[in-house]
Amino acid sequence: MNDKIRADRVTRFIQSLNQARELGVTVAGTTESSLTLCLPYSNQIIGNPDTGVIHGGAITTLMDTTSGSVMICALDIFELCPTLDLRVDYMRPAEPGKPVYARAEIYRMTRNIIFTRCEAYQEGGETVANCVATFMRIGPEALPKAYRDKITGDVL
Amino acid sequence: MTDPEILRYTRETGDFSQLIASIPYADHIGLQCDRFGDDLIFRLPAKEQNLGNPILPAIHGGVIGGFMELSAAIYLMLAQETNRMPRIVNFSLDYLRAGLNQETYAECQLTRQGNRVANVMITAWQKSRSRPIATARAHFLLEG
Repeated sequence: MNDKIRADRVTRFIQSLNQARELGVTVAGTTESSLTLCLPYSNQIIGNPDTGVIHGGAITTLMDTTSGSVMICALDIFELCPTLDLRVDYMRPAEPGKPVYARAEIYRMTRNIIFTRCEAYQEGGETVANCVATFMRIGPEALPKAYRDKITGDVL
Repeated sequence: MTDPEILRYTRETGDFSQLIASIPYADHIGLQCDRFGDDLIFRLPAKEQNLGNPILPAIHGGVIGGFMELSAAIYLMLAQETNRMPRIVNFSLDYLRAGLNQETYAECQLTRQGNRVANVMITAWQKSRSRPIATARAHFLLEG
């Protein structure tokens, strides 16, 4: 797979997740073991109306989506991996009005479990949050073939 | 945050609608809260826009996290008689079952409150409390 194939697969996958679509999450970059997604700033995800700072829940959704999609970059055959657990450490509030990026990487993959870590940051590189998560591999067969083909791009 | 008038009203009446309306993210996911005596039960009615996995379909894990996190913050704010939304330090979440496209409930428990940091446990369930879909633990900074 090259970057374009990876980015296209991830884009089709996150487009199939209603909440990711609602938040306007887009692909910002891929490698064979990492994925960066972008969460645009919007009024609907504000947690503190006085400051305009977005709620941690939106960051959690961004990081869960990024960590849960990074395996698409690493695996030739698409698998959907349910989240087992995740832990988020909030470093600082995200600066209002600016997008938040999340870059996830796989640091260990076994037959059953995928271990990821993820950093959320803004332009300039200030870390907003860090996240470690684990995902269960239920295998490609757990999904209907039509859906897999749609994500892989075999059938449009 | 948060408007002292709204908090006073919420504490006196147990009507959370104004408080929730003042937090855009709460409205975005559709969070609701009901008070029974001193107990608070948070609710997340089924909502298409909250879904992640389109095959099951299931609620996006991040939305479940955001729901539990916001529930814990509101719970703590009311338990503490403070007008300030506590700042979250970290959040650890175990997913136990898929959150299906149904109403979801959450309940919080203050495990430990120190001078500066509070530890809150959150449990989320759907059809039956005895079958939780997720449990979480959050630390909040109380001042500053």
